[in-house]
Amino acid sequence: MTALLDVESLLGEMCDSLSAHLATKNIKNPCVIGIRTGGVWLASYIHKKLGVSEPCGELDISFYRDDFTRIGLNPTVKPSSLPFETEGRDIVLVDDVVMSGRTIRAAMNELFDYGRPASITLVTLIDLDGRELPIQPDIVGQKMSLKENQQVKLKGPEKLVLEVTEK
Amino acid sequence: MAEPKDPSRLQLNDQGRLRHFLTLDGLDKATLTEILDTADSFIEVGARSIKKVPLLRGKTVVNLFFEASTRTRSTFELAAKRLSADVLNLNISTSATSKGESLSDTLQNLEAMASDMFVVRHSQSGAPHFIAESVTPNVSIINAGDGRHAHPTQAMLDMLTIRQHKGQFEGLKVAIVGDILHSRVARSQIRALNTLGVAEVRVIAPNTLLPVDIESLGANVFSTMQEGLDSVDVIIMLRLQKERMEGALLPSEHEFYELYGLTTEKLKYAKPDAIVMHPGPINRGVEIESAVADGPQSVILNQVTNGIAVRMAVMSMAMSGQTAAISAATSE
Repeated sequence: MTALLDVESLLGEMCDSLSAHLATKNIKNPCVIGIRTGGVWLASYIHKKLGVSEPCGELDISFYRDDFTRIGLNPTVKPSSLPFETEGRDIVLVDDVVMSGRTIRAAMNELFDYGRPASITLVTLIDLDGRELPIQPDIVGQKMSLKENQQVKLKGPEKLVLEVTEK
Repeated sequence: MAEPKDPSRLQLNDQGRLRHFLTLDGLDKATLTEILDTADSFIEVGARSIKKVPLLRGKTVVNLFFEASTRTRSTFELAAKRLSADVLNLNISTSATSKGESLSDTLQNLEAMASDMFVVRHSQSGAPHFIAESVTPNVSIINAGDGRHAHPTQAMLDMLTIRQHKGQFEGLKVAIVGDILHSRVARSQIRALNTLGVAEVRVIAPNTLLPVDIESLGANVFSTMQEGLDSVDVIIMLRLQKERMEGALLPSEHEFYELYGLTTEKLKYAKPDAIVMHPGPINRGVEIESAVADGPQSVILNQVTNGIAVRMAVMSMAMSGQTAAISAATSE
């Protein structure tokens, strides 16, 4: 098990890049939504740093997974919480790791069931190789490649630590 | 001929996960809690403008109701539709079985239509179990009430309602009042309450409306409302099932109401924050006074709402258990 990367420092840089990105797009009042679990921790930090007045949203994409018929329902599924209208809003969607792109696809499917957003900006701490769908994050903390027997996990929420473990 | 499988085992796959939902017998606290937790997360789906998730998209659910039902059938239908399944409602009284076709042939025809799940209500105890034994591995059976035996989804929606209002089961005293004898709901409720760890389950009823084995199910018997409701946290009123009463089990409805009907006065025997439940349909002025049924302690309409979420949870868990069982079988 290896702890790597200074997550706090990366998050600071990501917030700067995100602010610049939103300014370029002329987005002034975004909704920040994290994908459980790691994405929610990061979204909470970004939400505070951007000074967004509305509460942070949380998505649990378990009901939208495309592998439900193979792996079944996640027994720890929790209800999603979007305490604001998403219709016509600019959304900042945050996840800790983007790899295949399937989680983001599921998250976007779920978001559209709440309403049609004006835009979605995708933010991820780690962008891993292995994309299976044409989904690319707008803001990335760090690009990484893992060996076949490795996996990466964000631990938190008090202190955010990114660990690479052997499977 | 092989021995029929114990229904409590038949409903679990090799990984111990639900693949049918026939009874609460044999299901442990962890499984019941998982059903409640999953149902909790489905409640939020009902509050969305688009009240659907895609879990059962492309699956076909058949409502096989051999016995009349409005509320249960409607909530099962809504639950399946909110999971994006295609739903077929079969009115058995006008279907092939009334033209002489056997139940087995009807089921085989439905299976040949690539159905994935049968929701079964039947007046005969054990009918869903019988069907679960005879269907192919590609079909899951959900018991929507069989005879006097079990009504597990109703009991689970009651448990969800209790947990929402009381937070936990430990330490609670729960009274079930009325026609225990004919009630499949009461049997499933007593099983669920004891598995989930309440302090005491009481039943309050005249002797003529009590089954002989009631204490062996894990309930203390009371014959008066004053004693039975003393300091209880939850009161579950049952419907008088007049259609199942073969003899004169009651002197009169009026006398039943006098002795066992829940009125504002009798409600005072319970804790001040006790909740009042009823599985419906309510016979006002027979089982319960309107002022109580519509009063601040009533959670009867919460039960109806929770019925959809619990049925969504059970259907999705059974479908995932079915898929896991098929995957395991084909990879062997």
